[in-house]
Amino acid sequence: MYTFSNRLKIASIVLMIVGLLGIIGGFVMAPGTIAEAKEMVASHDGGHGDAHAAEAEHATKENNHAVAEAHGEEHDSSHDQHLLDQLKNRPWAALYVAAFFFFMISLGVLAFYAIQRAAQAGWSPLLFRVMEGITAYLVPGGIIVFVILLLSVLHMNHLFIWMDETVVAHDALLQGKAGYLNPTFFLIRAAIFLAGWIGYREYSRKLSIAQDASDDDSNFKLNFRVSAGFLVFYLISESIMSWDWIMSVEPHWFSTLFGWYIFASMFVSGITVIAMVTIYLKSKGHLPDVNNSHIHDLAKFMFGISIFWTYLWFSQFMLIWYSNIPEEVTYYVTRIADYRLPFFGMVAMNFLFPVLLLMNSDYKRINWFVILTGIVILAGHYMDIFNAIMPSTVGENWFIGIPEIGAVLFFAGLFIFWIFRAISTQPLQPKRNPFIEESRHFHY
Amino acid sequence: MASKVIHAFYDDDDVLMLAVKRVRAAKFHIEEVFCPFPVHGLDKAMGLAPTRLAITAFLYGCVGITVATLMMNYIMIEDWPQDIGGKPSFSYLENMPAFVPIMFELTVFFAAHLMVITFYLRSRLWPFKEAENPDVRTTDDHFLMEIEIHDNEQELRDLLIDTGAVEINVSEKNSH
Repeated sequence: MYTFSNRLKIASIVLMIVGLLGIIGGFVMAPGTIAEAKEMVASHDGGHGDAHAAEAEHATKENNHAVAEAHGEEHDSSHDQHLLDQLKNRPWAALYVAAFFFFMISLGVLAFYAIQRAAQAGWSPLLFRVMEGITAYLVPGGIIVFVILLLSVLHMNHLFIWMDETVVAHDALLQGKAGYLNPTFFLIRAAIFLAGWIGYREYSRKLSIAQDASDDDSNFKLNFRVSAGFLVFYLISESIMSWDWIMSVEPHWFSTLFGWYIFASMFVSGITVIAMVTIYLKSKGHLPDVNNSHIHDLAKFMFGISIFWTYLWFSQFMLIWYSNIPEEVTYYVTRIADYRLPFFGMVAMNFLFPVLLLMNSDYKRINWFVILTGIVILAGHYMDIFNAIMPSTVGENWFIGIPEIGAVLFFAGLFIFWIFRAISTQPLQPKRNPFIEESRHFHY
Repeated sequence: MASKVIHAFYDDDDVLMLAVKRVRAAKFHIEEVFCPFPVHGLDKAMGLAPTRLAITAFLYGCVGITVATLMMNYIMIEDWPQDIGGKPSFSYLENMPAFVPIMFELTVFFAAHLMVITFYLRSRLWPFKEAENPDVRTTDDHFLMEIEIHDNEQELRDLLIDTGAVEINVSEKNSH
């Protein structure tokens, strides 16, 4: 039985408080009027104060204009109004990216957990309680994401441009999509998906605990069937979720493999967090039967799914770059123009780094190697979501500053607090899982 | 120089594993073990050094990506930078996404094929090679442990019988 250590609890609460201050700071600093917004941008440029800055400013202005044109002039308002909207969006987008990122970690873990159950994997049952602990974050994380979506629907922010009736009224493309992209249906879909994911998580957890106390394998078999069924639901719902929650911030753009791409991102982040939490718990002596072969297997998944993510990232990028069709290439034009470093930096973090560090079979067994790679992978996939949301909501006015870091710290604190609290409620090793002996003697 | 070897036959891989461990514990040098199929953990029990084949594969892959990059940089960018369907052929980096599939495939191609050839060379395998099989049964259902004799035939026999050998032969050393 794991007891939530006081130091970790205090650390997570401190993270939440610091993060909350950062989030509030972000909202306070956001401009309220056009004059303030112009002043902010002017003072920012003044800080650089050389020919380079002026040149860059000129280039981005032109770019901004091009983007606005590509968007089909959905804004009747001036550039100044556009700038104000983007700056006002920044704290919201920072909050949304961090909220979704941590939610997607627990959703990725849930998918991994369901796969382990449906595949009747022999190595992983020792880690089921760790995975169940991490998926406990689905409830608070899902509610927070839903509330942010609800606030968007209530016009508290401009994250989703298609929710603005005045914009839709002047945009034939958005009118054409209104049958799918309308606020009511959007919220109903989100509610169904969250109910399905949370429902499976709670039911499977209940069966998993009941299996420990029962004298036959009926709970285990039922869990197997439920998990297989859930995977079908998950595949469909995750795909639609990625269109709704991520792709629709750029409602003029579409990509068919986007669902898979977001799935790969959440899957590898989830597996990384499983490995990191497992290593942490083992270092505290709470998982005596977990050996370095289990860590090796998790690291192998981190390695493989990182490459899978890169494959999808590149397939999406290369197909669009190659054909260069104006209505879909704008997505990458804005990203490469305004987000060059985060856009290509994340490929290095999510691909080169894990490939070179985790290729060696011996390194996959070394805890600090896995933790180090894990931190880079998680940061890289935060950047992935950042790159998906920010260019469409704040445009070239992005920066990783107080609102972004504050939101990450807050959700990191909440995540740590919630998952370790859930892990401390049950014994860390399942007792009557039919594969537990195989898992205890797992050796690679 | 000793020119005689003792061949101990086993009919079970678990018995063979225990025998290998006992023979090693008794400080006899095992020349070779012949098996009809891979016995998990036998290399560790015999104390064989781990293979470095994976390292060679990594290096061959590096060669492959270098070949692909140099080749396409020369052909598509330096030698004749044509405008083909508007693709930017001003520098390698600008046109790189189009080259990635080839870079990937050549990396895999070099890594896989050169590693296989390395494997054949190191384990001396080729089409008309004469088989080095001391007994045909080792390809079907028997395991054979070969130990060199240094005036200790009786001692070895006793030990091997004790480890569960089903048959023991002494023969001239096969100089392969």
